[in-house]
Amino acid sequence: MKNFYIAFIIIITGIILIQACSKLEPAALADDQLLDGPVDGLNYEQNGRFLAGDNAFNNEIFTVEKGVGPIFVATSCGSCHAGDGKGHPFTTLTRFGQVDETGNHFLDKGGPQLQNRAIPGYLPETIPAGATFSKFTPPGNTGLGFLELVSDQDILAMADPDDVNGDGISGVPNWNTIPAYINPSVNAVTQNGKYICRFGRKGSIFNLLQQTANAYNQDIGITSVFAITDVYDHQETDPEVSTQTVNNVVFYLQTLKAPIQRNQQDPASINGGTVFTQIGCESCHKQTLKTGYSPVQSLSYKEFHPYTDLLLHDMGSGLDDGYTEGSAKTHEWRTAPLWGLGLSPKSQGGGYFLLHDGRATSIEQAVEMHGGEATEARRNYSSLSPADKDALLKFLKSL
Amino acid sequence: MSIRYILPFIMCTYITAHAQIDESLLKTIPKDTVKQAMNMDAIYNRPFVSVGKLPVSVGGYMEANWQHLGTDGISEGHQFQFRRMTLFVASTISKRIKFLSEIEFEDGAKEIAIEFAALDVELHPLLNLRGGMIMNPIGAFNQNHDGPKWEFTDRPIAMTQMLPATWSNAGFGLYGKYYNKDWMFGYEAYLSGGFDNSIINNEENKTFLPAAKNNSERFEESASGEPLFTGKVALRNNKIGELGLSYMGGVYNKYQDDGIRLDEKRSVNIWAIDFNTTLPVLNTFITTEWAWIKVNVPETYSQQYGNKQQGGFMDIVQPILKRNILGWKKATLNIACRLEYVDWNVGKFKETGGNIAEDLWSIMPAISFRPTSETVLRLNYRYQKQKDLLGNPPSVTSGLSFGISTYF
Repeated sequence: MKNFYIAFIIIITGIILIQACSKLEPAALADDQLLDGPVDGLNYEQNGRFLAGDNAFNNEIFTVEKGVGPIFVATSCGSCHAGDGKGHPFTTLTRFGQVDETGNHFLDKGGPQLQNRAIPGYLPETIPAGATFSKFTPPGNTGLGFLELVSDQDILAMADPDDVNGDGISGVPNWNTIPAYINPSVNAVTQNGKYICRFGRKGSIFNLLQQTANAYNQDIGITSVFAITDVYDHQETDPEVSTQTVNNVVFYLQTLKAPIQRNQQDPASINGGTVFTQIGCESCHKQTLKTGYSPVQSLSYKEFHPYTDLLLHDMGSGLDDGYTEGSAKTHEWRTAPLWGLGLSPKSQGGGYFLLHDGRATSIEQAVEMHGGEATEARRNYSSLSPADKDALLKFLKSL
Repeated sequence: MSIRYILPFIMCTYITAHAQIDESLLKTIPKDTVKQAMNMDAIYNRPFVSVGKLPVSVGGYMEANWQHLGTDGISEGHQFQFRRMTLFVASTISKRIKFLSEIEFEDGAKEIAIEFAALDVELHPLLNLRGGMIMNPIGAFNQNHDGPKWEFTDRPIAMTQMLPATWSNAGFGLYGKYYNKDWMFGYEAYLSGGFDNSIINNEENKTFLPAAKNNSERFEESASGEPLFTGKVALRNNKIGELGLSYMGGVYNKYQDDGIRLDEKRSVNIWAIDFNTTLPVLNTFITTEWAWIKVNVPETYSQQYGNKQQGGFMDIVQPILKRNILGWKKATLNIACRLEYVDWNVGKFKETGGNIAEDLWSIMPAISFRPTSETVLRLNYRYQKQKDLLGNPPSVTSGLSFGISTYF
């Protein structure tokens, strides 16, 4: 009988453990601490597509057998965008060969992007003599679907090429040619056969399909039906990634949620938001934009807060690397969205690598390196009291 | 009644009759698998059953478990896993010639592999020739990995996800042992087939030696055409414990094909140290192993694939009850703990000079119950932190597992 009781107690203990096991597991991080995850309101089918894209983006590793390279920068999408956040200097891209809007004159010498790594037995690219170049730290992925849906009309409404309002800010869109596989919307605005582009540090990429196809091709050395030319021998090859996979990744990027602001009730952070506007940051880092129509209801006609105007601005000689894309001048950069800024250390290895090439290792440094049209705002920042600077920093870290 | 019905009937009757009459022919040769001579003896130190005067004896073990793990708040839920079943067949061909094979069915026969199938010819106690499918003796776990011997459902991470566990290859070599009172010395040295380019070109996105296990071609063609050398020396004192030092190395890449040079020769070098002991009085059993890996990775390749790795584990097992429990004589209740660490990429980023992370540590307390020395029921709780390459905040994994494992 004693044995029976012992066995009974063991079985009951086991059942309790099985029932309680999830209590012994780590809790999920709060939504506002994470950059990844889908926008709210996707239906089951959309969730399935999101997961397929998530898997392709974060888990699919390209090996030699799967077509990586032979020259490349990274072996997967996730290598450059840990947790869908900003990248690290380890996967910083180098682009070369274009100095003005006449285009890239080094395409036959491996431009526009340097593939600085190679599979065993091959040699990576080097920058050709005479080519200027710039480095690009991978940006965060979150909220890209919202940015894609801002109408051209809204972007043009924020532009002020001749600084008519006299505020010293004269944003312009990047007008660029687009690949034949892109189907621009009927409302897309054109100028001399060029379209308003918005993605990338220079704002030279039209939409997320172009961005994805380019990244597969130029970053990983993977061809698709959209970018069929091999980066090594410049010959057309069979697609190395399926069109379905590319489309899934595009859908994933489109439906990644927007970063959620933290500490919104913190008085210092609220004060910092006021300072942000007062010293002129908001002139370019527009707090609120809105989307147009999308077949994905969660993205359609929404207001969101990216802190960008998607326009190019003169950032001064300090940030002029002598390289450009599309119609941007070498000293012009697209306003970087600030959403997710406070979570950057969670994807950049615990620190900050800010501005286009990660040269700023703190938010303060990044502000101090602003020039050109942002000179006045930078001066205003420099003259702030320590308390206001601290409040501004808290606000920026809450984004 | 047609012949197609008669024949199976006769066969069943024959088999049944023999099962009823000749039970005594099945001779169980039990082994106390908790205590063994040396790690290198593990391959023979298993329970076998021999049938009558047949020259073969058979045995095996199985492992199955339930687990519920979560990572950063996301869980795959209840998982019921049949990890593996392994069959041993051994034969004493003559007095000093033996053959042993080990066939493993993993994950419900998703993977079937001959882990070991070698002929041992004793020329002298200090000089034995072994040839066939040999188990490369790097570290102790690779030699001594049978599930029922361990108090943990999961195998040590460093020994399975950094070193390749149950890493076997076609090859030949020598081994021997020398005894003197409480002292034992053993050595093993083999030349075998080995690794290939997949160790730095794989879907794990890191230098991953176990990737070479997926290449079944290695049993007929060595990728590099060069032998992989594996050697181990071990010293045991019955009152102190056993210390093993092992090395495995060679060229891993396919540097030429059809006589045409494709790349320079690139080597992989692995060193391991292992130690186990049983503390007097308390009977606490401690086993530990640490390994270092150095791989020649092309400078122009990606630092995603590191050229140095290190990691290991320590198991501490404390028997707390050894008596008749639930009718099992000499049943044992243990508490145990495993500590683990792996760094898959030891080094610094060329771009920043900062540390490359890609590391993991884990602690796993456990309770195990052994109704006999050959069967174990084990309840484990894992708490693990793993960092990505960049050293971002670690993902936290924890949860429970309950498993059974037994020789049969």
